[in-house]
Amino acid sequence: MLELRNVSFEVNESNRNIDIIHDLSLTVDNRKFVVITGPNGGGKSTLARLIAGIEKPTGGQVLLDGVDITDKSITERAKMGIGYAFQQPVRFKGLQVLDLLRIAAGKRISVSEACNYLSEVGLCARDYIKREVNASLSGGELKRIEIATVLARGTKLSLFDEPEAGIDLWSFQNLIRIFEKMREDIQDSSIIIISHQERILNIADEIVVLANGKIEKQGSRDEIYPTLIGTDSAVDACQKLL
Amino acid sequence: MKIQLDEIQKRLIEEIADLHEVPEGAYNFRANGQLAGRNTTANIDIISKEDGSGIDIRIKPGTKNESVHIPVVLSASGLKEVVYNDFYIGEDSDVVIVAGCGIDNCGNQDAEHDGVHRFFVGKNAKAKYVEKHYGSGDGAGKRILNPVTEVYMEEGSSMEMEMVQIKGVDSTERITKAELKKDARLVVRERLMTHGSQNALSVYKVELNGEGSTADVVSRSVARDTSHQKFDACVIGNAPCSGHTECDSIIMDQGRILAVPSLEANNVDAMLVHEAAIGKIAGEQIIKLMTLGLTEQEAEEQIINGFLK
Repeated sequence: MLELRNVSFEVNESNRNIDIIHDLSLTVDNRKFVVITGPNGGGKSTLARLIAGIEKPTGGQVLLDGVDITDKSITERAKMGIGYAFQQPVRFKGLQVLDLLRIAAGKRISVSEACNYLSEVGLCARDYIKREVNASLSGGELKRIEIATVLARGTKLSLFDEPEAGIDLWSFQNLIRIFEKMREDIQDSSIIIISHQERILNIADEIVVLANGKIEKQGSRDEIYPTLIGTDSAVDACQKLL
Repeated sequence: MKIQLDEIQKRLIEEIADLHEVPEGAYNFRANGQLAGRNTTANIDIISKEDGSGIDIRIKPGTKNESVHIPVVLSASGLKEVVYNDFYIGEDSDVVIVAGCGIDNCGNQDAEHDGVHRFFVGKNAKAKYVEKHYGSGDGAGKRILNPVTEVYMEEGSSMEMEMVQIKGVDSTERITKAELKKDARLVVRERLMTHGSQNALSVYKVELNGEGSTADVVSRSVARDTSHQKFDACVIGNAPCSGHTECDSIIMDQGRILAVPSLEANNVDAMLVHEAAIGKIAGEQIIKLMTLGLTEQEAEEQIINGFLK
């Protein structure tokens, strides 16, 4: 279970303090699939970075299973069970897909185990396992490998920052299937996805609408989803990608 | 001849040639300036030069799937040697040549090995050359390696060179020259890491003289601590040919790197490309690996290992 208590994040720009996240409290229970949506610039990615430990809050606390992790490093949080898929996956010259999956799994998993993770994200494992995670991979391929690394970690809390960003429509359809499967297989873990996509919103247990660094709305899918249709927070795949 | 090596020399051999025991096929082991073991085969002959300055390796035409190992180890301080090795690779052969030099210097005097390797690659022959350099020992004396490699390639021949120097060599000046005839193909992969106050210079001069000849020279390097590197690669196109050179470097701490890629086209159908990039490890790369559970230092090591693989 993840708990954010009165979390704030301010940055100082030209001697002016700007509130990115303002006094935000949120609880994500185990076995929950939560989608965070809202207008661009509303603080969604910052929130993900605060949870992963990449940014430190300027106020408030972050708790994982009741343990205060506010001062824990990125590495410590990862070891405690937080997984984070970047909005823009990082490229590495020389590191192969297999290396990355082994690092993610935290042990020297066999090639066939690594292949299972790739198959889960819809990549033909044989073609990818020895590929370098570099610019020769397309945006959609990188995105799926990024998701595979989170799967390989087997985390308590998985965070996905706009998994649909930067990929083509064809890849997007496959991506939705991956998340639908994750939703079905959810055990004693929780999933947070930042997304504007109505098909992702549609499989959420809970939807959180974040705007101006604050929670504007929060509730079950049935409660929140109808209020979002037709806004920027819930677009269909074609509209967003065009 | 039975090979006699002490424990330090065995460790050096393991580092530079991944050898745990005597290899199959032809070999010539040199330790502290002396011949320590030699084996020849029906197709590969190794002959000492009459003036004692080195060896000739003669590979018969048509020799397939054979290998030659010629490791050199230095474990005595104050030893300085220059060795000339000539490789004659017969027409239509397909061979692997593994060279390498390991220096362990625990003393206070410099230890230096300067190897001059010349390759005469016959028509349609195919060769893979692997060269590893390694230094160890904590004496104040420097470990110095200055290899000169010359490659003369006949029509339709192909050569793949993998040159690695990852650790412990204080000073190195590497000079590689190649001349290619019609349809010859050269691929070079250099991996270099310098640390401490090391200094490395790597110079390539590749002349594409024959129609359809191709060269691809790629260097990846990492400069750590206060080390300094200079990479100077020149590809010259004298015929309809294609050449590519690339220098890709990671700079860390107070390391310094100078990359000087250059191209010279003397034929209107010469297609030449060079690329060079120097930069520190991207912060995002470290953060990504930290989110996978590595510490900052472990993340850095993984990135460098991958880059130099």
